[in-house]
Amino acid sequence: MLAHERISAAIRAANDDGRTALVPFITAGYPEPGAFINTLTAIAEVGDVVEIGIPFSDPMADGMTIQRSSFVALQKGVSLKWIFDELDNAGGTIDAPLVMMSYLNPLLAFGFDRLAERALATGVCGFIVPDLPFEESNELRAALDQQGLGLIQLVTPATPNGRLKKLCAASRGFVYAVTITGITGGDTGLPDDLANYLDMVVAASELPVCAGFGIREAGDVTNVGKHADGAIVGSALVEVLEQNGDPAAYLVSLRK
Amino acid sequence: MKSLLQADEAQALLDASIRGELPDERGRFGPFGGRYVPETLVPAFERLEAGVREYLHDAGFQQDLQRELREWVGRPTALTYAPRLSEKWGTEVWLKREDLAHTGAHKINNAIGQALLAKRLGAQRVIAETGAGQHGVASAAACARVGLPCCVYMGTVDMERQAPNVVRMERLGAEVVAVESGDKTLRAAIDEAMRKWVTDPSGIYYLLGSAVGAHPYPYLVRELQSVIGKEARQQMIDQAGGLPDVAFACVGGGSNSIGLFYPLLGDDIELIGVEAGGTGDGLGQNAATLATGTPGVLQGSYTIILQDDDGQVQETHSISAGLDYSGVGPEHALLQATGRVTYISASDDEALAALAELCEAEGILTALETAHAYAAAREWSKDNPGKRILIGNSGRGDKDMPTLTQYPPRIRTDARA
Repeated sequence: MLAHERISAAIRAANDDGRTALVPFITAGYPEPGAFINTLTAIAEVGDVVEIGIPFSDPMADGMTIQRSSFVALQKGVSLKWIFDELDNAGGTIDAPLVMMSYLNPLLAFGFDRLAERALATGVCGFIVPDLPFEESNELRAALDQQGLGLIQLVTPATPNGRLKKLCAASRGFVYAVTITGITGGDTGLPDDLANYLDMVVAASELPVCAGFGIREAGDVTNVGKHADGAIVGSALVEVLEQNGDPAAYLVSLRK
Repeated sequence: MKSLLQADEAQALLDASIRGELPDERGRFGPFGGRYVPETLVPAFERLEAGVREYLHDAGFQQDLQRELREWVGRPTALTYAPRLSEKWGTEVWLKREDLAHTGAHKINNAIGQALLAKRLGAQRVIAETGAGQHGVASAAACARVGLPCCVYMGTVDMERQAPNVVRMERLGAEVVAVESGDKTLRAAIDEAMRKWVTDPSGIYYLLGSAVGAHPYPYLVRELQSVIGKEARQQMIDQAGGLPDVAFACVGGGSNSIGLFYPLLGDDIELIGVEAGGTGDGLGQNAATLATGTPGVLQGSYTIILQDDDGQVQETHSISAGLDYSGVGPEHALLQATGRVTYISASDDEALAALAELCEAEGILTALETAHAYAAAREWSKDNPGKRILIGNSGRGDKDMPTLTQYPPRIRTDARA
């Protein structure tokens, strides 16, 4: 099985169990780099696929929560190389497929070929790059393809229909359906016309569809689950970390 | 960065640039440029690109733009001979006076053009970022002029050092939003404006103020600012009797410099861009992006940026808010790589000294940004006596009073003593 197929398979397996797949996101090394692997292991036991956020100095698609967590992680010395080293040290104890979410520049600085090699070796199965639109993605896509890794495409309510089909066809692992026109961590909640939008994405995609942005409570996961295959929980989970809460317990509470 | 291109490739790209063929259809200036934006904004950028193609060179749009430039901005701006500066430096010094344009800097050329475009595209409101506040003031004024509400994002560090411009924006009817995130200067203001744009990509027009960012902004801003170089070229012929040997302009994001340089690319004129040397050569002590940076993607464009080995963008320092930026327009990255334009830097202290010298010699209080160009031109004059120099006097220095009051007026004090 190719690495990106592990992502789709994990989501489908959750669905076969009668569950909406849960995809938690944490900023790597936040709030304490020393706790990274423990936190990751704990949320990977609840989540079906786990997103690791690579901190960046200019997170232009993110709201205050992820801006703050990225800033703190960078201050404490977290880098892509450090994250790979930590994953190496964990030695494959994490079963859930991992996905990295990173802005493009840290990946460019690391080098695409080296990135793909280290990702494959450390259990990372795919990448989400919020400032890399499809039109600019050939180089990274080719490097990831070499190792069977997936480049996960985002689609949004602003995406026109023709483009939606193109992006769904290009995606690997799953299709990331952004629920709102906005940044992460907003407090507006899920939009009223969510159902139609998600139905449209699901109809356009052969891959599982996971919805993200604005998912905070069990009710949100239920709502999203009626139309999509998975729910991505980012800012709300980072807030739990910020308040020294128990991330795994919070994720379990979303399954109610 | 010269090693980024082979010699023949560099020459071909420069020729294409002079023929007006860059950026290409993908928004590239050779390897630089492009469009690296969140998916939510892709349709908005496509609409903007289509709008630029439809209107920018359309006769009706140009008629409106030329009328506004003439009757409201006050163009053409003067070309001023600087006799006392010429005598002191031993060269022949001419100044292209963008400080005389409405609102006091070249920024208005772009702001009124894009405000007219926003109106054509049916935008409901305009957002803008600002560093020194000159683009914010220009945007506020241009939006008032065309009848669109305007909201300006500004870092809190810049709000303090450019306080007079905050009041001006508010008087012109704009809402000024204080940006506390990131480095609290121009880069953070652009990030925040992008975040706002994502919430309403079809209703908001983002009036970007420099020749930076994703395609088509670097192209759009260059086209609107090229009026500087076109006028200056003709004025040099008419008033000075010929083209200059060299032209200087300061470079932050690079809008006034591309505006001055672009129409001169095909002439036998040495072109020198001057970045902010700040207080020293170390990372974080300056904003000399082209001199010390490396290629990367920042705020939508593949260009030269100041970053560490992990690709994290570094903070900058400059006494001038308008140059205090970790990136630079992608067309400048190409012009450097082709060797057509030389980019050097001037320090905070050199800029302050140059500002004082110009005040005394010619009765012109220039902006701290612009003062960097004077500092470099003065140095150049030492090795090039008798040559003819054109300096892009991009803006006036009234906005810099909060900074300037911290430095005693050395020359005047000496004169009294």
